[in-house]
Amino acid sequence: MGLKVDQLRICYRTLRGDVTAVDDVTFDIADGEIMGLAGESGCGKSTLGNSLIRMDVRMRQLGGRVELDGAELPISDARAMRDYRFKVVSIIPQYAMSALNPTRRVGKMVSELLRSRGFDYKSALPEFERRVKLVGLDADILKRYPIELSGGMKQRVVMIVSTLLNPSLLIADEITSALDVSTQRAVGEMLLEFRDRNFVKTTMVITHDLSILAQVADTILIMYAGKLAEKARTDVVIGSPLHPYTQLLISSLPEVGVRHDEHTLVGIPGRPPPLLNPPSGCRFRDRCPFAFDRCAADPPFVEVQPGHSVACWLHADGVSPAGGAEQC
Amino acid sequence: MRRYLLRKLLIYILTFFIAATLDWVLPRLVPGNPIQQLLAKIELQPGTYNATYKLYMHSFGFDRPWWDQYLSFWKALFHGNLGISIYDFPKPVTSVIADYVLFTLALLIPAILLAYYAGNKVGAMAARRKSLDNTVLPVGYLLTATAYPWLALLLAFLLAAGGIGHFFPISGGFAYGLLPNWDWAFVWSLMTHWFLPFLTLFLVAFGGWAIGMRNLIIYELESDYTHYLEALGAPSRLVRKYAYRNAMLPQLTGLALQLGVIVGGAIVTEVTFAYPGLGYLIFQAVGNDDYFLLQGIFLFIIVGVLAANFIVDIVYVIVDPRTRVGISGA
Repeated sequence: MGLKVDQLRICYRTLRGDVTAVDDVTFDIADGEIMGLAGESGCGKSTLGNSLIRMDVRMRQLGGRVELDGAELPISDARAMRDYRFKVVSIIPQYAMSALNPTRRVGKMVSELLRSRGFDYKSALPEFERRVKLVGLDADILKRYPIELSGGMKQRVVMIVSTLLNPSLLIADEITSALDVSTQRAVGEMLLEFRDRNFVKTTMVITHDLSILAQVADTILIMYAGKLAEKARTDVVIGSPLHPYTQLLISSLPEVGVRHDEHTLVGIPGRPPPLLNPPSGCRFRDRCPFAFDRCAADPPFVEVQPGHSVACWLHADGVSPAGGAEQC
Repeated sequence: MRRYLLRKLLIYILTFFIAATLDWVLPRLVPGNPIQQLLAKIELQPGTYNATYKLYMHSFGFDRPWWDQYLSFWKALFHGNLGISIYDFPKPVTSVIADYVLFTLALLIPAILLAYYAGNKVGAMAARRKSLDNTVLPVGYLLTATAYPWLALLLAFLLAAGGIGHFFPISGGFAYGLLPNWDWAFVWSLMTHWFLPFLTLFLVAFGGWAIGMRNLIIYELESDYTHYLEALGAPSRLVRKYAYRNAMLPQLTGLALQLGVIVGGAIVTEVTFAYPGLGYLIFQAVGNDDYFLLQGIFLFIIVGVLAANFIVDIVYVIVDPRTRVGISGA
C-alpha cells in the first residue's frame, strides 16, 4: 500500500504573491521502503515533507492528492490531520536538538504528550524504555532535563519519541545535518533498524547530503526548484544518473581514492531560479550544460526504465512538448 | 544548592551594606540640618538660639566627626535603634514607622501580587485571541507608560472629585471623624480610602505584566518545542500550558526587577492621595530634614526589596531546572 502522492502542488502565501514550492509532484513509497528526498536548499523538499504532516498557516494545497495505506490523507484539513499526526504520520524535525521542552523532564514530557493523545503512559513505558536501550541510551535519561543531554542524545531521544506509536509514514527532515560523520552513520543505522523492526512502515529521508542516502535509502528522489527531476533506485541514482542536475550533483561529491589536488571538485555554477514567477520551460535550463531548444518547454516526468523516472528532454523520446503547467 | 544560597546571601549582605551607607550619606548632603528645623518650631527667647542650637547639636551627636557618626549609626543599627524622629519629636523612629507601615504593606502586597497574577493571565489570553489582543496591547502600553501621580490625579478626579461621581474619598487613610477601632464603620472607611491608591498601583503594573506575558507567549508559541508538539498532534491545551509555564520564568525575573520600581511608585501615589503610608512619611521626613526617619524608612524599604528578591531567587531555582543544573554543576 504505502504512500502515494499524486500531482501535489503546495504554495506559500506571501505578500508579493504565491510561491509554488512543490509543483506537480507525483511519486510513491512502498511499504518497508526508505525513500531519500534530496536537492539544494529551497528546492521544496522540506515543504513537501512538512505538508504531509502539518501545513503551517502560510501554506496552501493547490491541487493533488495524498494517499496513505489506501485511504486519503486530508493534508489541508488541519483539524482532521491532528488525529493522524504521531499515530499514523510522524516526523523527526530538522530542529531535533531543540525539539524538547527545556523545562520538562524527558519522561514527563512524553507522558503528558501520550496522555493528551489518549494513550496510557504506564503501558507504553516498557516499550519506550526498551527502545531507549536499543539506541544505546540509558533508561534514566527519562528522568533528565533536555539540557542534561548532548546533541546526539537529544537527536536519538527525538527519534524514539517520534516513532513510539509505530507510524505508517515517518518523515526524517535533515536529521543528520548537525551531526559529525560517525554520529551520522549511527543515525542512519537507526533508521534502517526502525524499518527492520517494523517501528515504521514507510520512511522519507529529506536531506541535501547524498552520502547519507547512499547508506540508508532504497530509492532516491531528486527535486529541483519545486519540481521532480529524477527518481530511481539508490544504486542507479548514484551510479548512472540521467538528469544533468543529478549528474552534476553526484560529481560534486568527493570520492574515496581520488586526489582532489589533481581533479578539482566542481560545483554547479549559478543559482536555482526564483520560485515566485518561475521561468517557463525546464527550470534547470540556465545552469544546464546540455540545454537545447526543446528545454523552452516544460519537460514531463516520465519513466524511462522500470522504476527510473526523469524529467529531461534528453531522455523523453517520443513525448511531445505539451503546454506549460497551469498557473498557481 | 547550599553553596548557591550562601553565595546569594553574601551578595545580599554586601548590597545591604552599600545601600545602608548611601542611606546614611544622602540625607546629610541636603542643605540645612534637622536641628535648625526642630528649633524653627519652638519659640526661643532672643539670644538663647545659639546656645540651644549647640546643646541640641551635641546631644544628637552632630558635632562629632563624620566617621564617628557613621560608626555609631552602625552600632545603633545592630541594637535595633534607629534614632529619634525630628518630625514627630521625640518619638523613636521605629515606632513612627510602625504607625505607618501597615498602610503601605496593605497597599503594596495586594497591588503587586494581583497585578502580577491578572496581568499574566490577561496577557496569555491576548496572545491567543486576536480580538482581545487588539484591546490589550494598546491599553497595556498606555497603562505601563503612565506616570503614577498622573494616573492617581486622573482617578481622583474621575472617581472621587466628581468627574464621574463621588464614589471614593479623595485623600487620607480613613475618615477624620473616626478613631482607629475595629468596628464596621472604621473598616469600611479604611477600604474606601485604600481603593484608589491601590487601583493606581495595580493598573500601571498590570499593563506592564500583560504586555510582557503576551510577547513572551507569542515567542514561546513560535519555538521549536511548540512546533514539535504540534507536529505530533498535541492538543492546544498542552501546547499553551507549556508556553505559559516557560514564559513565566522571564516574568519572574521581571518581578524581582520591578519590585523597586513599584515601591517608588507607591511613594508618589501615597503622597498624591495623602495616604498615611511610608511614602507619605518620606515626604514629611524630607521636608523636616529628618535624617533618622529618612534613614529608618529607607532601611525598611531596602530590607523589604532585598528579602522579596531573595524569595524570587529561591522560587526561580524551584521552577527552572536549568538554574538547578547550573548550581549542582552537572
